[in-house]
Amino acid sequence: MEEIGMRQVAGEVTLRLEDVTKIYEMGDEKIYALDRVTLNVEKGDFLTVMGPSGSGKSTLLNMIGCLDLPDEGSVYIDEDDVTNLEDNELTKIRRDKIGFVFQQFNLIPTLTALENIELPMLIKRIPQDQCTKSAKNILSTVNLPEKFASHLPSELSSGQQQRVAIGRSLANDPSIILADEPTGNLDTKTGEGIMKLLKGLNEEGKTIIVVTHDPRLSSYSNKTVRIVDGRIEEDVS
Amino acid sequence: MFLKLARRNLSRHRFRSILAIVGIIIGVIAISSLGILGNSIKLSVTDSFGDIGNEIIVYPDYESGWSNLTKKEFNAIRKTTGVDVTIPVSQSSSQIQFGKDSTFTTVYGVDAIDMKALLELSSGQFQSGSRCVIGGVLADSFDLKHGDTVNLEGSSFKISGILKKQGMRFDISADRAIFITPKSYSSLYENEDYAMIIVKTQGVEEVEAVKERIEANLNKRKDRVMVFGMDMILESLDEFFGMLSKFLMGIGAISLIVAGVSILNVMLISTVERTKEIGVMRAIGSSRRDILILFILEATILGVIGGLIGGVLSFGGGYLVNIIILKKASYLFAPSSIVYIFIGVLFGVVTGVLGGLYPAWKASRMLPLTALKTE
Ligand SMILES: Nc1ncnc2c1ncn2[C@@H]1O[C@H](COP(=O)(O)OP(=O)(O)OP(=O)(O)O)[C@@H](O)[C@H]1O
Ligand SMILES: [Mg+2]
Repeated sequence: MEEIGMRQVAGEVTLRLEDVTKIYEMGDEKIYALDRVTLNVEKGDFLTVMGPSGSGKSTLLNMIGCLDLPDEGSVYIDEDDVTNLEDNELTKIRRDKIGFVFQQFNLIPTLTALENIELPMLIKRIPQDQCTKSAKNILSTVNLPEKFASHLPSELSSGQQQRVAIGRSLANDPSIILADEPTGNLDTKTGEGIMKLLKGLNEEGKTIIVVTHDPRLSSYSNKTVRIVDGRIEEDVS
Repeated sequence: MFLKLARRNLSRHRFRSILAIVGIIIGVIAISSLGILGNSIKLSVTDSFGDIGNEIIVYPDYESGWSNLTKKEFNAIRKTTGVDVTIPVSQSSSQIQFGKDSTFTTVYGVDAIDMKALLELSSGQFQSGSRCVIGGVLADSFDLKHGDTVNLEGSSFKISGILKKQGMRFDISADRAIFITPKSYSSLYENEDYAMIIVKTQGVEEVEAVKERIEANLNKRKDRVMVFGMDMILESLDEFFGMLSKFLMGIGAISLIVAGVSILNVMLISTVERTKEIGVMRAIGSSRRDILILFILEATILGVIGGLIGGVLSFGGGYLVNIIILKKASYLFAPSSIVYIFIGVLFGVVTGVLGGLYPAWKASRMLPLTALKTE
């Protein structure tokens, strides 16, 4: 507690949610996917978001990742309010400041491992040779042997695919990495490898937010929040 | 980059892409082949009129009661500035007999030298003295050869030459006619008048001016003559066949519309199938524009491949329709025919792009999160 308290004083807030509310209307019924969620994440944090199924974890992550906008409240990324931005500007934030890692890996099936990692850079119109160079470096960062570079996702194991996916999230050197159940489709051992990889990235300065069901995984993080019915229930820090 | 992605996406469903391309190929072939056919018909018709563009035909003004022209008009026309050659043509019709057969034909009285300027022989020589020349079709129908004798209005004429078949002409219908000298004509019909006077100018450009001069000169006091410039007739022929080409291409365009719809269909299926992928692309930072470009590019690639293959095969298609309908393919490589191949290819590519526009727009409007959540 002491140590974390210190961090909060010293840390620079990279992400701030203020009374964020998301409502889904199902017929007459209103479902509060998020109910006045307030949350601060500092640069360098490794945050675990836990909670039962349907509690709003993914919704929260999508808000932070600028894939979804709140019905009420505001989301600040590096102290910029993103709540009222246009699609184009949100896209740019996703491209430059956020890295997504999904449960299903979601690699582009027609592109090789290396090309999948190059993709976000190419979208940013970075010249091809530069992309290839960076992508090769990233491959070694995520511990994927060079010989897999030219493999299609379908020719890789689940663990390898998730490594490529993490590599892709790193492509444009974002400050925040969001992972929605990144180990959900992996066996325990492979999942551990992925968590260690994320931990390593965290130690190099990336802010990481992981959604998970697995309480054991909170050991990797310095901060854990629990969501129930769209509300932050406790701050198990 | 996008190109690589687009290409690979297309090869994901190779068979489907090939079908869409085949549609474009057929459309392009249809458009260019029918365009070429129209153009070839036009070329063959204008060719058969030869170089009559510099001709003017002067008829008596039938509406004002004149039925023939005389030496007086002939001399006036000959002296008109810009006139190069003046050919008086006498014309009537009679029964001709040869052996046991007889038939009714047009009889022309034209000078042999003038004949040379108008018509070509397939054998023999032009008429002189009591010898005559007959049209190619007439000779064929009755198996007449030069050396044979025909009987016309009680006089005998020996055939000295047979004309090449002419096809349709505006001045003289030579194919079923018999040609004798003006002298024979006047003694036979006791008449020296002309049914028409054919005038040739130095060039096509002068036709209008000369025509006006002749009219001004001869119709000064009364409407004596009617004057027709061939340039006008050729122009309207040109116009007619231009329209024919467009009409034929329009028929071809229908098959291209079908191809466009098939591309639309293929691309729509593709956007639905790849909804999740679009969501992923959006999540990692692709803009709406990027998605739009990617899908349009895919459709364009289909259009370009189909267009180019179709363009090459159009030579075959054009050859085929020309052989079948015109019985010869020599007009296929005329520059004005080749243009239709380019038009066909262009239409093919444009069809691809158009077919991709709506699906691409739809894909680009998908909400990132909704797309991402789609399974
Ligand atoms: N598009 C939607 N339309 C209606 N309701 C939705 C929609 N998306 C989410 N919800 C609802 O919002 C609530 C939160 O959903 P969310 O996906 O955030 O849960 P979660 O915590 O990620 O669950 P899980 O652990 O199963 O992934 C759920 O009750 C869900 O039914
Ligand atoms: Mg979830």
